[in-house]
Amino acid sequence: MTNPILTISNLTKRFGGNAAVSSINLDVMRKETMAIIGPNGAGKTTFYNMVSGRMQPSEGNITLDGKNITGLPPHKISKLGISRSFQINNIFPEMTVQENVEVVLSAYHGHSRKLFNIASRNTGIQQEAVELLKRLGVDSLKDQRAEVISYGDKRLLEIAMVLATRPKLVLLDEPTAGMTPEETRRTTRLIKSLANSGDYTFLITEHDMDVVFDLADRILVMHRGEKLFAGTPAEVKSHPEVRRAYLGEEEDEVTEETGA
Amino acid sequence: MKIKILWALLTLVIAGLIAVPWIASYFYIFIFTEILILGLFAASFNLIFGYTGMLSFGHAAFFGIGSYAMALVLIYLEWPFVVGLLVSMGVSALLALIIGFFCVRLNEVYFAMLTLAFGMMVFAIAYQWRSVTNGSDGLAGFSLGSFGLGLDLTLANPAVYYHVVLAIVVIASAVLYLVCRSSFGMILRAIRQNPERVSFAGLNVRTYRLVAFVIAGSFAGLAGGLIAPFLRVASPELLHWSMSAEPILMAILGGTGYFLGPFVGSAVFVLLETWITSFTESWMLVLGIILALMVIFFRKGLLGTVLDWWMEIKK
Amino acid sequence: MSGIGSALLNSLDIGLLLFIIAVGLNIVFGVLNIINFAHGALYMLGAYLAFTLINIVGMPFWAALLLAPLGVAILAVLIDRFLLRYIYSRDIADSLLLTFALLLIINESVRMIWGSGIQVVQPPQLLAGSMDIMGSSIPTYSLFVIVMGLALLAGLWFLFNRTRIGRIMRAAALDRDMAEVLCINTRLVVTGVFAFGAWLAAVGGVIAAPMRALDPGMGDKIIIESFIVVVIGGLGSFPGALLGAIILGLIHGFGGRYFPEVNMLLPFLGMALVLLFKPNGIMGKGAAA
Repeated sequence: MTNPILTISNLTKRFGGNAAVSSINLDVMRKETMAIIGPNGAGKTTFYNMVSGRMQPSEGNITLDGKNITGLPPHKISKLGISRSFQINNIFPEMTVQENVEVVLSAYHGHSRKLFNIASRNTGIQQEAVELLKRLGVDSLKDQRAEVISYGDKRLLEIAMVLATRPKLVLLDEPTAGMTPEETRRTTRLIKSLANSGDYTFLITEHDMDVVFDLADRILVMHRGEKLFAGTPAEVKSHPEVRRAYLGEEEDEVTEETGA
Repeated sequence: MKIKILWALLTLVIAGLIAVPWIASYFYIFIFTEILILGLFAASFNLIFGYTGMLSFGHAAFFGIGSYAMALVLIYLEWPFVVGLLVSMGVSALLALIIGFFCVRLNEVYFAMLTLAFGMMVFAIAYQWRSVTNGSDGLAGFSLGSFGLGLDLTLANPAVYYHVVLAIVVIASAVLYLVCRSSFGMILRAIRQNPERVSFAGLNVRTYRLVAFVIAGSFAGLAGGLIAPFLRVASPELLHWSMSAEPILMAILGGTGYFLGPFVGSAVFVLLETWITSFTESWMLVLGIILALMVIFFRKGLLGTVLDWWMEIKK
Repeated sequence: MSGIGSALLNSLDIGLLLFIIAVGLNIVFGVLNIINFAHGALYMLGAYLAFTLINIVGMPFWAALLLAPLGVAILAVLIDRFLLRYIYSRDIADSLLLTFALLLIINESVRMIWGSGIQVVQPPQLLAGSMDIMGSSIPTYSLFVIVMGLALLAGLWFLFNRTRIGRIMRAAALDRDMAEVLCINTRLVVTGVFAFGAWLAAVGGVIAAPMRALDPGMGDKIIIESFIVVVIGGLGSFPGALLGAIILGLIHGFGGRYFPEVNMLLPFLGMALVLLFKPNGIMGKGAAA
């Protein structure tokens, strides 16, 4: 139970001479929800990009369930059990909501290699897609084209797609960014219920501190590419350096959110 | 309901196509043979363009190599026609595997340019390797032997050849259609819209692009195998980049979003060419104007525009 | 003159002519992010306009060199205003297709106006014949092409590095939105750049007219050559266009002489190799696509 699912040691990414992420060490435990916070430019997204295979680390190691995944391409990392969402919507705009999920499910179940089945009669996958959409509360939109649904619903669809590969580890990059307060509350509730279900391990970056303290079991505070502190929400709240470096700036962060 | 009407319409069209030799002149038998072969060529192209989002400027390489393969089989081996078609498909698939292996790594313009380069390399080889390809004159003077499969068909008769082409194109299109409707086809459409998201779903996008490229190449080769006996020659023009442009034009004309779009495009292309050239030399001028209008205003093509409009109105 | 020497000279005059044409294609791609398939047709139009001005109207070659490209540039403004403006915001495939349509229209118009036959333009008296340089006889017109190529090269370098308009073009190439923020009228820049690219193509056409026979297929040949040049050198790169043009010039100059059995293959082989190992071209920046 307490052995880590993801172990990160000395993870570093340099662009030219600048380190966007430097020497991060981190253990993510099974079934926990861990939040990563830090001001813009703290290196959160770069960190995600390395864990999910979008970028090659300059140094360091990433181990998933005892398996070294450092520098593998995204599709291999996805197959090994890490699934991620993006800060900007990343869906298939011309397909229906349900088809969006079906694409990921076909990939996961290996149906994508089938040349002569009829995708639209694949009831197993269709049922699974609808169930996932139901879990995210967007099943009523299943026949809409994905590009026409609201921004908040698109983000929920994306979470459904992320969960479709039954990942061991879910990376959510700012799941509530750009949402209305109502959508944010709904999404937070949803993630919380998913986390409480005990099926998933979450790694979440988030600007909204209420969301973070509501969801996270543990929090990693990043600052200028470095790990400033990691601990429980209570510890983070009371940590003097964190307060000075980050929480004190919270008001500025809110305004920056839209430009993120 | 509407889907049923469409299937009924399609059945009618195929019935009409079967009846062509009895109701139309010899001239139109030739025209329709050409429409069907080029339609298959364009449909194979649309698998990678309309479905997967790869604009290739070298698709004629597979069409042309298929026609050369057929010509060589008929001249030197005198194998049955059906075997020749299988050889055409096989040779094209192999060539597509080699060319595709390199090309699928690149995106957009770079993909277009690399397919152009490979296509023109095949053209240059066919043009200059005279001992095998007979250079710019191409391979001619082959005669059609038996059909194969124990069928006794006089392939030299244009009406018979038309029916053979119709049957093969219908079967090949059905196979291609199944591929488009399969889970694999769905992944291809997803790749066109958002390749990165597909790779984060755990699939190697390059592999899928390559498989699509090979399938498209082999069906283009099949179309090439059908065109050589029809033209009675396999010549370098069939490999030239301007031949690669034809399926692009047909797919755009008919519509890249629907499976039958390229066939509609082929029909419009060949018929317009026939009619317009009968009273003016400048068919290409008319084609250019039509293409410009289609790209600017009717990007969904004729079939796409009509079907979308029809699906909208009677909901 | 030795074989290698004349092959070199031949390579240089082919290369510099190609540079004049391809650099226009590359500027249009760099700034507007469209691949102008009709670029070769505009080159052909320049050549045919020169033919009309010289052989029919009876103007001197130099007047045609001034007027024909101007005419083509005006046509390019119209093309930009009435056609291309619809597709600037779209996928790059759409610009390829629309300019391909333009190519068909221009090709056929040329065939209708000037006929399918071959036309010939005589070089001006001053440039006819050949000159003796270091004991070898060199066609004067080849020297003229080389001088023109170098002059345009210098002019373009000056434009991009020393003038405000050149810097605006480079800014717009880097970041359209940023240029707009800086209160640059990008609409005007777009039209201007497209017309300038067309002007360069037509200058190439006029210069080529006395050395190559004019026929309605000449544009198709040159556009493929230009693609090879810009791909080898680097799409959107100004020095790349020069390097690519020289390399292709060398491939033509030496390939035709020493490898006649595969000379058609070589340019495309070179293009493919560059795309495979350095997709952004020899002078291109950034990572693979």
